[in-house]
Amino acid sequence: MTPETLIYAFTFPVLGVFLGLVYKGIDRCFSARLTSRIGPPIRQPFWDVGKLLLKETVVPENAVAWIFNAMPIVSFAASMTLLLYIPFGVLKAPLEGYGDLIVILYLLTLQSLAMAIGGFASGSPFSSVGAQREMVLMMSYEMPLATVIVGFAVLYRSFSLTTIASTPVWGVAGPLAAMGVLLLFIALLVVTPAELAKLPFDIAEAETEICEGMLAEYSGRNLALFYLSDAVRGFAMAALEVVLFFPFTLTSMLNLSLTGTAYYAVEALWFLFKVLAIYLLAITLVRTSFARFRIEQASRVFWVYVNIIALVGLALVWLGV
Amino acid sequence: MAKTQYYVPVGPIHPALKEPIRVEAKVEGERIVEVDVKRGFAHRGIEYMGMKRNAIQTLYLSERICGICSISHPYAFVIGSEKALGIEAPPRAQYIRTIIAELERIHSHILWLGVVAHEMGFDSLLFWTWKGREKVLDILELLTGNRINYSVFMIGGVRRDIKESHVKALKDMINYYRIFTEEMKDVFLADPVYKARTRGVAQLSRDMAKKLNVCGPVARAAGLRMDVRQDNPYDAYADIGVRAVVPQDIVGEARGDAYDITMVRLYEIEQSLDIIEFCLEEMPEGKIMAIPNYVALLAKIRRSEGEAIGMHEAPRGEVIHYFKYGNKRDGPVVWKVIAPSYNNINTWAPLLLGAEVADIPIVVAYIDPCMCCNDRVAVVRDESGRLIDPATLHLKAVEKTRKLREELGVRA
Repeated sequence: MTPETLIYAFTFPVLGVFLGLVYKGIDRCFSARLTSRIGPPIRQPFWDVGKLLLKETVVPENAVAWIFNAMPIVSFAASMTLLLYIPFGVLKAPLEGYGDLIVILYLLTLQSLAMAIGGFASGSPFSSVGAQREMVLMMSYEMPLATVIVGFAVLYRSFSLTTIASTPVWGVAGPLAAMGVLLLFIALLVVTPAELAKLPFDIAEAETEICEGMLAEYSGRNLALFYLSDAVRGFAMAALEVVLFFPFTLTSMLNLSLTGTAYYAVEALWFLFKVLAIYLLAITLVRTSFARFRIEQASRVFWVYVNIIALVGLALVWLGV
Repeated sequence: MAKTQYYVPVGPIHPALKEPIRVEAKVEGERIVEVDVKRGFAHRGIEYMGMKRNAIQTLYLSERICGICSISHPYAFVIGSEKALGIEAPPRAQYIRTIIAELERIHSHILWLGVVAHEMGFDSLLFWTWKGREKVLDILELLTGNRINYSVFMIGGVRRDIKESHVKALKDMINYYRIFTEEMKDVFLADPVYKARTRGVAQLSRDMAKKLNVCGPVARAAGLRMDVRQDNPYDAYADIGVRAVVPQDIVGEARGDAYDITMVRLYEIEQSLDIIEFCLEEMPEGKIMAIPNYVALLAKIRRSEGEAIGMHEAPRGEVIHYFKYGNKRDGPVVWKVIAPSYNNINTWAPLLLGAEVADIPIVVAYIDPCMCCNDRVAVVRDESGRLIDPATLHLKAVEKTRKLREELGVRA
């Protein structure tokens, strides 16, 4: 392990949490503007986390206490690890070479799983119903998500994210495969809100139906950890989409000859802008303009429509390679 | 393996409910297999309070029965009182009452549309509809001076006139809502997600609606052509000839689900606009109070004897007030209120049985329930089942407070 990797390993999580919360703030602000409200200030998520950290952590009487308390940590750890696998603009991912897209897929699943297990362990009927819904939803969106990743593996003959990030997908793919990649992108965009438990797929946390579902019994520090992992996961998911589909660097696009700090700063800002665009498009805009689906409707959306899109995309990629 | 069953308690405090009531649902996975609705969490004893006051005070008390449609109860109150006392409101006052009642119907229906959108997680629609609703609240404020409790009705008339300057504002509002209702129709009735969440949900057949004795838009959505404005017309409604809005007139069939009820409410907004337009054109001149002097009015009430029933078609259904005046009192000797939610809540248990957990908020919201309309009288019994009279109850309350203070070490 080089000192460089160590620095990455310490700065990335801090930066990830900061950016996750900032993006959450922007998301809330933008969503409020879309619905003619003023909305909270961008720093509001920081206040929320601060407040939650100060509050008492209550464990329900009939909960399995150790699982109940462990799951927020598992979820937070999974989202932090996820960050370490994503190349930040032109920087390399700290854990590059120690895992690939398959690990990312599992890390994404691990968070949802941690929330579901925590829900089951809390012993509350709302949480149990929410956890059941989360499991059903996970089974629904895993297939299209896996299809997208298989599509990339077919195209690059590799699961390594750094390989994918270093050569933009649109350059590798022929016209037919490019159409396939476009379909895969659409499928991943639809999966994003479900992965992050946002409307219209926030079925497991439906506020008006089951009072925040899996999170119903969580409070204080535990809830803060879930809140943080949710924020980080939102950022990581959008960043993943940017890495997979839009890894273009500004300098190569505009033929700039920047060096040193300026180069890294410009590229970092450009990367953050791309992530923000995807975040607002795939999460904020969608969650503002949809009603919540019923669980069987959501399952149908993924098993039928999104699956078809993803499989057609995969077939086109296969034929185009 | 036996399927795990959970009790999902909805209420008395729950995000889907804005007022206290409890729905206990036993669920198997997502399906509800057993359901029990418990009511009686809001005790206010408002009828009892009314019987201790004079008629004018009671009229304004009746406005406080419901938090949203604050004209429905006073309207039934003044109609019942006038019948019992033999007073007739001047024609102009009758038209003004009708206009205000219809304005309230518009605001209540738009509020419901926002609430039902919120229940299915569609908060953007909630904000949009409630933003559109501001206009009618502004108009109500212009006409009455208040946004929620208007305090504008009086036994034998109204307290404020509609002036020439108000007519223009009203006409502007009508034009605004003609466009806004069309937009709402597009958004609610044509939206595939809204359709997917409401079609077939909370479906009430015609027979079932009759059996459960539902009223208001819920009954009309099930295809029953019933509306107090049509069946027992009063005030300006007698001149207009209101026809109940039923889905079979709009799309040819009535399915009685949450989608149909949305449709009925949307078309009723248009109907209300028509009624207001008619009233503005045909408004007679003259005074607005039969007995402008309150002292004289109370003196007349003290001399009168009689009983009557006042009915009004509130946005949620028919409101019925029963009165008895006499005993040389200047207020009602007996006052009994029946609110529409009392009938409509009966639909919850049969509709929730076999439904999904996700449908609970929609089934709960689609009748536009109002708990504070329902619970007005508290009957308290002791351990042996004997009725406790007010004096004893008061004594017990004082004793309990004293005991609590001693326990907590708080000085009086």
